Amino acid sequence: MTSGNNKWIGQSVERLEDPPLVRGRGRFAADISFPHQLHMRIVRANHAHGRIAAIDTAAARALPGVVAVWSSADIADIPPVDFREGRIPALEPYRQPVLAVDKVRYVGEPVAAIFAEDPYIAEDAADLVTLEIEELPILLDAEAEPGEFSAGRNTEVAVIQQGYGDVEAALRAAPMVVELELGIGRHSGVPLEARGAIGRYDASRDILELHGAAKVPHRNRDLLARMLKLTPSSIHVHESHVGGGFGIRGELYPEDVLVCVAAMRLGRPVKWIEDRREHLIAANHSRQQLHRIRAAVDGEGRILAIDDRYFHDQGAYVRTHAARVVHMTAGILPGPYRVPAYRAIGHFRLTNKTPAATYRAPGRYETTFVRERLVDAIAAKLGIDPNDVRRRNAIAPDEMPYHRPLEALGEEIEFDSGDYVGLLDKLLVALDWDKLKAGLARRRAAGEAVGAGFAMFVEKSGLGPADGVRIEVDTSGAVELITGGASLGQGFETVMAQVCAEILGIDYRRVRVTHGQTDRIAYGIGAHASRATVMTASATYNGAMKLRAKAIDMAAELMQAPVAALDIVEGKVVRKDQPLGPSISLGEIATHLAPTSKTLGEREPGLSAEGWFRVEHQVYPYGLHFAVVKVDRETGGVHVESYAIAYDIGRAINPALVKGQIVGGFAQGLGGALLEEFTYNERGDPLATTFADYLMPTARETPKVDVILREDYTSPLNPLGIKGAGESGITGVGAAIASAVDEAIGIPGA
Amino acid sequence: MIEKRELTLIVNGRDYSVRVDPRRTLVDAIRDDCGQTGTHIGCEHGVCGACTVLIDGEPVRSCLMFAVQAEGCQIRTVEGLAKGDELHPLQQAFIENHGLQCGFCTPGFLMLATGVLEREPNISDEDLIDVLASNLCRCTGYENIVKAVRAAAAKMTAGR
Repeated sequence: MTSGNNKWIGQSVERLEDPPLVRGRGRFAADISFPHQLHMRIVRANHAHGRIAAIDTAAARALPGVVAVWSSADIADIPPVDFREGRIPALEPYRQPVLAVDKVRYVGEPVAAIFAEDPYIAEDAADLVTLEIEELPILLDAEAEPGEFSAGRNTEVAVIQQGYGDVEAALRAAPMVVELELGIGRHSGVPLEARGAIGRYDASRDILELHGAAKVPHRNRDLLARMLKLTPSSIHVHESHVGGGFGIRGELYPEDVLVCVAAMRLGRPVKWIEDRREHLIAANHSRQQLHRIRAAVDGEGRILAIDDRYFHDQGAYVRTHAARVVHMTAGILPGPYRVPAYRAIGHFRLTNKTPAATYRAPGRYETTFVRERLVDAIAAKLGIDPNDVRRRNAIAPDEMPYHRPLEALGEEIEFDSGDYVGLLDKLLVALDWDKLKAGLARRRAAGEAVGAGFAMFVEKSGLGPADGVRIEVDTSGAVELITGGASLGQGFETVMAQVCAEILGIDYRRVRVTHGQTDRIAYGIGAHASRATVMTASATYNGAMKLRAKAIDMAAELMQAPVAALDIVEGKVVRKDQPLGPSISLGEIATHLAPTSKTLGEREPGLSAEGWFRVEHQVYPYGLHFAVVKVDRETGGVHVESYAIAYDIGRAINPALVKGQIVGGFAQGLGGALLEEFTYNERGDPLATTFADYLMPTARETPKVDVILREDYTSPLNPLGIKGAGESGITGVGAAIASAVDEAIGIPGA
Repeated sequence: MIEKRELTLIVNGRDYSVRVDPRRTLVDAIRDDCGQTGTHIGCEHGVCGACTVLIDGEPVRSCLMFAVQAEGCQIRTVEGLAKGDELHPLQQAFIENHGLQCGFCTPGFLMLATGVLEREPNISDEDLIDVLASNLCRCTGYENIVKAVRAAAAKMTAGR
């Protein structure tokens, strides 16, 4: 680290991202246009399940301004959308074709694509395509008997199992068994910017460009290269501004593949901008699971074993994530508690609904709901405080690092550091809990249906395995930090600039952060799984340390001073003992390091450096949620009166942005818990296809959140001690609100 | 085909001569015909408010109007808020209060708040939340948006 106090790390500085965004100078997908571009419109299935007997495109083709109309026969050489992590042969039959082949399997499935001179004409033409569908039996319940997917394959794609210990023996011997059936409704990220993709093929250089990318541009480049049989370096994927991601945006979807293929085959740029109805029926859904869970418990509420069987409603196809959510669910469910024996069996099943995948805190929102409901049920059965159940079961600080023979995202789980009960105690003090509890009891006694609920959780963050950056200083002293990370609007640029500036002794506003451009850096794993600050900031730290050493080495020669005597202050190398004495700026050092410079000597040219960071384990931040709700006895409406989140992040680079992530995540969790649901009628028609049906929280429903941000337990796994923040605000919302509703209406387990 | 209409749209005080289909929405005309892409499209059915602009001073969903209906009106969009390098107090307050994350809903919120504060500078907290509840934000949880609008209101009132 640099000498003295941190200047940028830990400061809530203003965001570098904001000035263009508040001026309307952002560049979101719909703002990107190329001369001579075509507009794509997708014709979508209006039956939940059926055989495609005929697709009549003649009228659409005849419409002036229509250039081409494709169905699956026109792109028979393009494979289904593949998995991000590579080949998984057992799941391959369930991948989604780019355009429906033989059957349609959910309302919203792409069946045909129109390419036209104007988006209005494209939409007119789409209305002229007629689909003749022979209806097939519709399956809407993942718990029901599986149906036929294709000859010899039914709709149960896989049965996932994780566990350890003798669960059966524990259940037989336990003094008490608590059993629950719990469902999580179907909802999703629903960013305010719908999806968009612009494909462009530069024949002069043989480069295919995909604009409008997000989240994982490099992985999508590799995936496209595999699917289209191109070299990865001949595909440039470009991220611009992204209007919210939340896990669902930025995955490779059929429409992304279509604009690329069309750009190459039609010889013109192809732009596709999704409308909201399409988004709600075609972009990834998430969350829907039904759990049947049993816990063996001793007389004091200590958990002896957990046995969980769950049904994961994947929707109609397995998309880019493969079995990630259903698998992680099994790995992460035990959370912060010691569970001596554990078994989770997950039925990964297809239904005739929009396909599902990850949404902010995938697997954790669901399992925190299930596990914390179990804690409440154990407490109710024993007549003790749920927080006493938490205290008796929580893993203690002296058990860290805590290894658990389960997997999440392909890694064995090992909690790195933390004090779960300690954080609970801090939350209780901050809430003035005894007083608050008594006040709620008084209100209940007076007839009000009010109650409070807690949820404890362990997050996972900082998915590796590696990330890299390149840092370059030009002759003016301006710094460019080129990363393989991605920005979904979370403040990525600002945070990376803060870390870089801290080490280089410059103003963070001097750092231009480049992200999501596959032609600028060969490798990157983007922004997901609350990984960006842990991984990319650690790589930035390592790169900046190397660049700092290089600058000081050159300056030492020029200033005829020992390296150890030098520091960088406000962009200039100075002697530590004479901060106001002679100095040399980073720009001047860059000039001295130019390839043609006489002072270069044997050094590598350029004031630049690469930094890499590798990890074997994720980091595991943790927290608690707390809700006070009031239930309207007439309508059943739930009003969240107040909410608090305690969270140990290890180290916050920019506390204001961390709090922003937590509060924003909470609002989404509130929607998921009380307002948002993708419902279907018995014919498989989606009923939530507008924002008048799919209700997201507004400023009226969203209470103020008290965030108790702690930096008690830094992570030992990275140089800055960081744990991630992106998902912690949402993880416990369903659980805490459900618990509070129980208390409000006086029916445990309601 | 119905004939296109020639008309003049006045956006941020500047005249744009456009030739549009009668069915062309105002937001498409603002974005694609006038080139002012700061106004965003979030739902095209008048719920999210990302496309909010001011028409003769009133906040309006520009996805629910046809361009031909706005002929002769004073249309104000987010691009017209700053005076050169000097940001509007609302823009400044959104930055200072971390009132935006992805920034997609921000232009709509800025125009909604501008329209309201110009009409009702001393709006109560309760009424302000009711007004701000007419637009959707998916990132911030609203707390900092409300804080930013409050801060800007105070500054705008003091500056009168």
